[in-house]
Amino acid sequence: MFKIVKAEQLSANVYKKVVLAPRVAASCQPGQFIIVRLDETGERIPLTICDYDREAGTVTIVFQPIGVSTSKMVDLKEGDYFLDFVGPLGRPSELVTDDFEEVKKKKVIFIAGGVGTAPVYPQAKWLHDHGVECDIIIGARSKDILIMEEEMSKVGNLYLCTDDGSYGFKGVGTAMLEKLVSEGHHYDLCVAIGPMIMMKFACLTTKKLGIPTIVSMNPIMVDGTGMCGACRVVVGDEVKFACVDGPEFDGHKIDFDQAMKRAAMYKTEEGRRMLAYKEGKTHHGGCGNCGGDK
Amino acid sequence: MADVLKKVPVREQDPKVRATNFDEVCLGYNKDEAVEEAQRCLGCKKAKCMEGCPVQIHIPDFIGAVKEGDFAKAYSVISESSALPAICGRVCPQESQCEGRCIRGIKGEAVSIGKLERFVADWAREQGIKPAAPAEKNGKKVAVIGSGPAGLTCAGDLAKLGYDVTIFEALHKAGGVLVYGIPEFRLPKDGVVLPEVENVKSLGVKIETDVIIGKSVTIDELMENEGFDAVFIGSGAGLPKFMGIPGETACGVFSANEFLTRNNLMKAFDEKYDTPIFHGKKVAVVGGGNVAMDAARTALRLGAEVHIIYRRSEEELPARKEEVHHAKEEGIIFDLLTNPVEILEDENDWVKGIRCVRMELGEPDASGRRRPVEVEGSEFDIDVDTVIMSLGTSPNPLISSTTKGLEINKRKCIVAAEDTGATSKAGVFAGGDAVTGAATVILAMGAGKEAAKGIHEYLSQK
Ligand SMILES: Cc1cc2nc3c(=O)[nH]c(=O)nc-3n(C[C@H](O)[C@H](O)[C@H](O)COP(=O)(O)OP(=O)(O)OC[C@H]3O[C@@H](n4cnc5c(N)ncnc54)[C@H](O)[C@@H]3O)c2cc1C
Ligand SMILES: Cc1cc2nc3c(=O)[nH]c(=O)nc-3n(C[C@H](O)[C@H](O)[C@H](O)COP(=O)(O)OP(=O)(O)OC[C@H]3O[C@@H](n4cnc5c(N)ncnc54)[C@H](O)[C@@H]3O)c2cc1C
Ligand code: SF4
Ligand code: SF4
Ligand code: FES
Ligand SMILES: [Mg+2]
Repeated sequence: MFKIVKAEQLSANVYKKVVLAPRVAASCQPGQFIIVRLDETGERIPLTICDYDREAGTVTIVFQPIGVSTSKMVDLKEGDYFLDFVGPLGRPSELVTDDFEEVKKKKVIFIAGGVGTAPVYPQAKWLHDHGVECDIIIGARSKDILIMEEEMSKVGNLYLCTDDGSYGFKGVGTAMLEKLVSEGHHYDLCVAIGPMIMMKFACLTTKKLGIPTIVSMNPIMVDGTGMCGACRVVVGDEVKFACVDGPEFDGHKIDFDQAMKRAAMYKTEEGRRMLAYKEGKTHHGGCGNCGGDK
Repeated sequence: MADVLKKVPVREQDPKVRATNFDEVCLGYNKDEAVEEAQRCLGCKKAKCMEGCPVQIHIPDFIGAVKEGDFAKAYSVISESSALPAICGRVCPQESQCEGRCIRGIKGEAVSIGKLERFVADWAREQGIKPAAPAEKNGKKVAVIGSGPAGLTCAGDLAKLGYDVTIFEALHKAGGVLVYGIPEFRLPKDGVVLPEVENVKSLGVKIETDVIIGKSVTIDELMENEGFDAVFIGSGAGLPKFMGIPGETACGVFSANEFLTRNNLMKAFDEKYDTPIFHGKKVAVVGGGNVAMDAARTALRLGAEVHIIYRRSEEELPARKEEVHHAKEEGIIFDLLTNPVEILEDENDWVKGIRCVRMELGEPDASGRRRPVEVEGSEFDIDVDTVIMSLGTSPNPLISSTTKGLEINKRKCIVAAEDTGATSKAGVFAGGDAVTGAATVILAMGAGKEAAKGIHEYLSQK
């Protein structure tokens, strides 16, 4: 059992939990993820590590409720427990593992999309703590779902954008990047993390601008230890397991269209479960489709 | 009077009924049936059957006790050699091991050694008979990585010798392949596997789930910072292989491990559980081993028409005979001497078929089996909406790549001495699938036993 020591709502639709998990906190690095399971009937949900405190033994996760499992997670309060919390999984970000003398020379721009802001944070923070300056673009649909502005502003030069112009630059993150480059900024590396579609467009832009780009893939996973192959992604002409070979890959080599199709593989099944969950006992059945009346 | 040349038949669920549920297929012997079957054993002085059992259970002695109705004695005879008889009695490939050597098998059918072993173990469990209490603690700590048959056996034996043992398991549940791979209908989880895990715990073994050695903590850290005097690696061979043919990353293509894990570990077949599984209408399972049979029979129970696609002939099917027989009874279609060359996708990247070629058997290859060769121009398509790849597995490099000085071979298997389990790194031992590559429960268990002895010897000298 893993105790939730702090639970917080960050925006209209984004939640944060700080979890006591000493083994994970002792060994995790930016770029890695964990898997949680709520209860005995729960599924294994992969979530990126957003922060960690080695002394307190805690790990922070930030998530957006989209289906049954993440919706159930919203209700967990301070003092509640996750049944399982395993990690760290995946490989640390190359910024952390590569030769620091090389990393130091690089000018890095992060592009964070929506809830993807959270996983960008530990990487930017790591650079900041090691005396390396970086730029960060945070993009969100509108002001009320933009998260972590304050923390982020402490670890990098922040550029905010909203699709509807309700805050900061009006437009998507990639438009902001193009603007920065046209104003004379130079970048050696871009790290783009967010929804698959956002990473796809970020990669199209950085390819045009000639900026090498790392993305963090979030395919469907089961075990997260390399045992099932559910997380297969096509990188160049190779098939990789995102949970052990990634989750970060060279974004210019990823087949995003295929990755998006694979991510939707259980859409019908998930939708059915979500409907049953939302309607709960009021679910009357009779449609004969969802199995809820069986 | 029953025919002594034949086994006493074992009661099974009707194929039509069981094809729609996940309950155990084989119902096992009752007391009378067990005693009757035991009568068929000739109690051979030079018992051939024992030579076929990898852990040399004293078969004539235990069957002799069953004959006399002394099941407690039978259990204690088995327990001298095996820690997991309820499991081995169910899943050992008996026809190529103990029963394959039985004298009775020359003229008629071999004695049903596996079914008798299962009967005795089930009886003991129902009586609440527990393994012998542990000796006094000797104050030495051993870490066991992985909770499959190798790890459970090694941990149990060491605890009996007085060691302070902790098992570290990556998944959220202990049991290894016994819980995530082999389905409920062959090996009930709550009924059979869980009690075995509880037995090991009752010896004082601690099990820490959700710990991935090599990620959460390394072997070097366990030894240097957490005070473990020795480590046993029983991490199995869980990495699934794919064929590398076009279309293999299409939606609807799964590894058998994914399909079985969703169904067994995550219980996706049960509406109460949140994990989804894809209910295909027409499923192709590629491969011919136990894993392929399990995946096929699982898909069948989820409502699909299922084809097993295997490139050699029935004779070479590596699965246990009983599994093949059961699969056929349940209505699995065997497309033998058939090899997939491409998976066909529709416009949404979903599987819509599998393109195959016919094969014929040529000269024997290095393994002694006749090599399948493609029949030219024999390409044909089978319409399916799901493909399950069951081509074998290999050890995961997670541990070997994070442990200083641990030697592995070309096949990524950990190199370990057969009689002691000792690896190239002092104080670190290994056994089971992590050393041999994918093998069997009984071999993994045997390796766990040998390693426990090896560790005891090593730490006694230290
Ligand atoms: C390495 C990794 C890191 C992630 N980090 C975060 C994060 O920091 N914050 C966050 O909000 N989300 C993150 N996700 C996504 C998160 O795991 C899914 O949103 C979650 O599993 C959805 O579960 P659900 O039951 O609520 O929704 P469902 O309705 O079951 O699924 C909604 C969608 O989520 C995806 N999904 C479903 N199940 C899984 C699964 N087992 N593994 C991966 N994706 C799945 C699918 O695309 C699916 O269509 C990450 C995913 C991965 C693989
Ligand atoms: C579907 C299927 C059907 C089978 N049917 C049969 C059969 O009928 N008869 C038979 O004899 N054999 C059968 N086998 C083979 C048999 O199950 C295996 O040979 C046996 O389980 C191997 O035991 P093991 O203890 O070496 O490893 P496993 O049972 O594989 O256990 C290894 C454990 O280690 C854990 N682990 C791995 N890496 C780490 C890590 N880094 N840190 C912590 N934990 C880790 C894994 O999660 C797993 O729980 C079957 C296998 C499968 C997959
Ligand atoms: S352990 Fe396996 S091989 Fe040995 S006697 Fe039992 S069933 Fe036969
Ligand atoms: S070989 Fe057969 S008949 Fe002889 S002791 Fe073994 S089981 Fe009994
Ligand atoms: S999630 Fe199972 S192999 Fe990656
Ligand atoms: Mg879900």
